[in-house]
Amino acid sequence: MQNNETMRVQDRKSRIEKHHIEDLIGRSYMSLCVLLLIISIVSMVYFVTSKGISTFAIDKVSLADFFFGTKWSPEGDNPTFGALPFIAGSFITTLLAALIASPLSICAALFMTEIVPGWGKKLLQPVIELLSGIPSVVYGFVGLSVIVPFLRNVFPGQGIGVAAGALVLSVMILPTITSVAADALSALPRNLKESSFALGATRWQTISRVILPTTLPAILTGVVLGMARAFGEALAVQMVIGNAPFIPKSLFESASTLTSVITLGMGNTTMRSPHNNALWSMALVLMLMTFLFVFIVRLLEKRRSI
Amino acid sequence: MKARAVDKIATIVIVTLALLIVAVLAGLLGYILFRGMSHISWDFLTSAPRKIREGGGIGPQLFNSLFLLILTLLITVPLGLGAGIYMAEYARPGRITGFIRLIVEVLSSFPSIVVGLFGLLLIVNIFGLGFSLVSGALALTVFNLPLMVRITEQAFRSVPAQQKEAGFALGLSKWKIVTTVLFPVALPAIITGTILSAGRVFGEAAALMFTAGMSSPRLDFGNWNPLSPSSPLNPFRPAETLAVHIWKINSEGLAPDAAQIAAGASAVLVITVLIFNLVARYVGRLIYRKLTASRRMN
Repeated sequence: MQNNETMRVQDRKSRIEKHHIEDLIGRSYMSLCVLLLIISIVSMVYFVTSKGISTFAIDKVSLADFFFGTKWSPEGDNPTFGALPFIAGSFITTLLAALIASPLSICAALFMTEIVPGWGKKLLQPVIELLSGIPSVVYGFVGLSVIVPFLRNVFPGQGIGVAAGALVLSVMILPTITSVAADALSALPRNLKESSFALGATRWQTISRVILPTTLPAILTGVVLGMARAFGEALAVQMVIGNAPFIPKSLFESASTLTSVITLGMGNTTMRSPHNNALWSMALVLMLMTFLFVFIVRLLEKRRSI
Repeated sequence: MKARAVDKIATIVIVTLALLIVAVLAGLLGYILFRGMSHISWDFLTSAPRKIREGGGIGPQLFNSLFLLILTLLITVPLGLGAGIYMAEYARPGRITGFIRLIVEVLSSFPSIVVGLFGLLLIVNIFGLGFSLVSGALALTVFNLPLMVRITEQAFRSVPAQQKEAGFALGLSKWKIVTTVLFPVALPAIITGTILSAGRVFGEAAALMFTAGMSSPRLDFGNWNPLSPSSPLNPFRPAETLAVHIWKINSEGLAPDAAQIAAGASAVLVITVLIFNLVARYVGRLIYRKLTASRRMN
């Protein structure tokens, strides 16, 4: 009798139950998914880096010539690979776009959370979602058929150029900055605002001396995320910037960015040619900038007080 | 008195700038729809494009975009669900989880052109899939997966903890709880997020130029054998999507009515994205009401 009982217990222990198998299958499936995620980014970093450094390792272009050279003539007998015009173009358009978009976005976020929290949010939330949903080629098309002719009529030059690129980008990054800023503002504890009002401060005094300083790291996070998007945006900018390989001397002069020169060049060059490798080096620069942007976002998140 | 005046001015400035954004969107949508609608007809939506003569349509491109979207979602949704559930329910706080979180964050801010280049090198050349729908779908998977993971994770995290605890109290296994208790509650949010991400995939062009290709072979819409090269269903044929087509005719279009075609195609693209947005809201609410007793989604 006693023996029988222990046997039954042992039997139960050794038998693998159905839910154990279920659990195991579920777990292995999820591990596979996560593994694929890790593999995809590791291989991406590996391939872009290994292709990107071949300009310097195989074609023997010096780092200084690439990053500070201003002459880009990748074909011919004596090619030069100065990428400074494109790096400069990317930074100028990105910074200008952030300068235009940030004040607008912060005002929109204040409008949604502080000025008219009720219908302001109802009005702007869908607007922001729709703006972020419009595809980038459509932004490029509208830029080409509205902003460029407008700039051509009002300012000197052909209309295409840095100003057109920055304007298109600024509209594209509005939703990113606004939604991050609005989230930060609505997460602000009520008592901070209320004590400011209790001291007799006006709404603007409360916004400028209490709300904005407290939420500044979070708002900057939004700005950096927007800049990351602007820096990596390819087609919309390429369509309106003019694609001249020079450092622009004015806002209304044609220029190029890293993304635009990759877009145009990649299809017309053969793999492993020095020209093609130089384009991969620019892709490497784009990737490193992405890492930098994510790093800055992380730093800012650490500094968040709320 | 001075403080009050400053407050008034500041309020006016903030309201003006906020309304400016609304005006920008209204102008943008109005312009696209106004310019494009007049060019949209059944013929435009179904006929093939013409290189140098006017009157070409966007039929194959529209089909390619939809087909590519379906292929992408078929790959992305199962993968995203798996990784998302892991992050929400199984991952223990620690170094590895932190690393995966960092990966998702980095991957989601990768420029899409870099994803396209990666696809060109690995999928098109090394895997030898060539410019094809499959290559495009895989590149878009890399592009869309981090978003899908985030959507799933957030959806699972928002399920009340009591539901999970009740499942444990009944002696269910963890996987059983995930699939039968948490998943139905998280489903509406997942579906809403998926449809919204589908809109993003539908309009993506930079990642596709060098993976799905910039040309479309002559398609025979009577031939439904997936292995035949002229069949629309063949996943190994090059496929120019609508977004890539808009870019191409804007930069190198030779047809005399290129501008109208671009306008019409942009309108189609924007209308599709708008439909995705509306459907996402509606379907999410509908399923939520079906699966739970409450009437409103919070």
